[in-house]
Amino acid sequence: MSTSPLDPRQQATVDVVQVAVQSRGYWATVLGRILYDKVTMICGLILLLIILSTVFADWITFTDPYKANMLKRLKPIGTPGYPLGGDEMGRDMLTRLLYGGRLSLFMGIAPVVLALGIGGLLGLTAGFLGGRINMLIMRIMDVFYAFPSVLLAVAISGALGAGIFNAIVSLTLVFIPPITRVTESVTTQIRNLDYIEAARASGAGTFAIIRVHVLSNVLGPVFIYATSLISVCIILASGLSFLGLGTEPPEPEWGLMLNTLRQSIYVNPEVATLPGLMIFITSLTFNLLSDGLRSAMDIRYVRGTS
Amino acid sequence: MSELRTSANQPIVDVRNLEVTFVSRDSTVNAVNGVNFTLQPGEVLCILGESGSGKSVTLRALMRLLPRQAQISGCVTVGGKDVLSLTERKLADLRGSEIAMIFQEPAVSFDPIYTVGRQITESIRRHENVSGAEAQQRALDLFERVQIPSPERRLRAFSHELSGGMRQRAMIALALACQPSVLLADEPTTALDATVQIQILLLLRELQRELGMAVIFVTHDVGVAVEIADRIAVMYAGRFVEIGPTKKIINSPQHPYTKGLLSSTVNSSSRGKRLKAIPGSPPDMTQLPIGCAFGPRCDHVHPACRAQVPAETQLAGVDDYMVRCLLADGPLELT
Repeated sequence: MSTSPLDPRQQATVDVVQVAVQSRGYWATVLGRILYDKVTMICGLILLLIILSTVFADWITFTDPYKANMLKRLKPIGTPGYPLGGDEMGRDMLTRLLYGGRLSLFMGIAPVVLALGIGGLLGLTAGFLGGRINMLIMRIMDVFYAFPSVLLAVAISGALGAGIFNAIVSLTLVFIPPITRVTESVTTQIRNLDYIEAARASGAGTFAIIRVHVLSNVLGPVFIYATSLISVCIILASGLSFLGLGTEPPEPEWGLMLNTLRQSIYVNPEVATLPGLMIFITSLTFNLLSDGLRSAMDIRYVRGTS
Repeated sequence: MSELRTSANQPIVDVRNLEVTFVSRDSTVNAVNGVNFTLQPGEVLCILGESGSGKSVTLRALMRLLPRQAQISGCVTVGGKDVLSLTERKLADLRGSEIAMIFQEPAVSFDPIYTVGRQITESIRRHENVSGAEAQQRALDLFERVQIPSPERRLRAFSHELSGGMRQRAMIALALACQPSVLLADEPTTALDATVQIQILLLLRELQRELGMAVIFVTHDVGVAVEIADRIAVMYAGRFVEIGPTKKIINSPQHPYTKGLLSSTVNSSSRGKRLKAIPGSPPDMTQLPIGCAFGPRCDHVHPACRAQVPAETQLAGVDDYMVRCLLADGPLELT
């Protein structure tokens, strides 16, 4: 307000107009913010590209991911018919990377989604009910917490035996404790806020409060946290496959491919690092995406203002 | 609701011997220790006291809005219903429709992810069987009533987009959504700056008269209490030490604590003089002294004060004036 001092009434109208411009629905506001965020948009696009190309791998590749060719072993990138070279059995790397992405992404996302369901429910219960129930749930989670996540995943997978299903089970178990803990802490924090009390004072029942006020406020942060776990999960799943505990050959999967190409690192390093590169790019984009979502979903945080 | 308002002599709120303790493993806090009062429909009662004297706990006990470790005993009747024995479900029906509350911090009293309008219509539809459009219209009327400029737009705003005073107005609109007969206000002006404070107070008083609500107003600010109250109750260590009509209490306080409280306020005549303060500090609520809780800080303390808690005494010659002090009109003379 550098111009002449406004009288209060005028100032009030100026204020009103500014507010009216900002007020859209919650999700419209979030979407608007994401569209402005270049990094998040680019990451989203890369991720979308990766997901779509792996899902529709049947249509964009023409070679069989299992068909070996002794003559084309470890061909360099750019060989005719083998745009990204050949692997140690002479199979087309591009085809295998695309098909492998399916499993890698599935094994990265499925355990997190399952853990989000189970851990979220546990955390919500523990956080809202508090007291003894909280104690019981959280101490059990602490037991799982005592092991490093990689070790725990390896131990459970090892006990259950190799296989995709077992790997998913073990990874789910690994991710339940951190998600429970985050949900519990967010719930406890929200439960003590005044608007929960205000909702209760205006006659809302316990279930309505959990559903409307607690769940919707908890979901944002927990969802974002879970998104950031996907990258960890992809790496862990690849690690399990690398150790021979997840997918089994000849199934294409990034972690497993990295393992089988390991011996060829001195022969043809560009090709051997490709699966690792894919894991790297995918988890990085997932992380950046979750970061972008976090700042977009916190509508009280206005970018560019101090 | 309407039949309650017509019965003029029936108190809308009746509190008998209310006691609230917070029990935890290592200590028991006696927050409220025997509070008695009645409130007539359309009356404004102000509970005055310093921090930790049990004002807010008393207020919350009226709608059983206390954490689980709180143990409430006594008898609380609101609109003819025994609040302490209601089922959760019946209690939820009562809250918001018959008895509503305004909170101290308007900033955190609205859910940040829903618009304020949505939260008000939600509350209306929770208690009354009305259509969405009708609830919307009612919310709009409420916003006009609490004098929010351009109410249509404000209804669509999130609480963080409103100023503090505006939020408190919205909070009042939310509390009034279902035309409660009792409004509880827990220091609603404390978090606001002075100019907004007086606006909110005037608004509350105006609405109270217009709607004929009974209001219980909790504050630690004597000025605010004088501005709004018909009757003032002074609270100390979980007990009402004095309750009576505003004018009487301000002009001739009986209890030494009230006297101390009033003489420690600042006004224009106190310029250049030293501000009086009550010596000592409020008692530890986990271990209340035997006898009068104010005894240790009282200038006129008498051995009899230490023997037992002074009973509630009706002041002779004045209607509706209770004081808990042996010195006031009691068996003892001032020493």
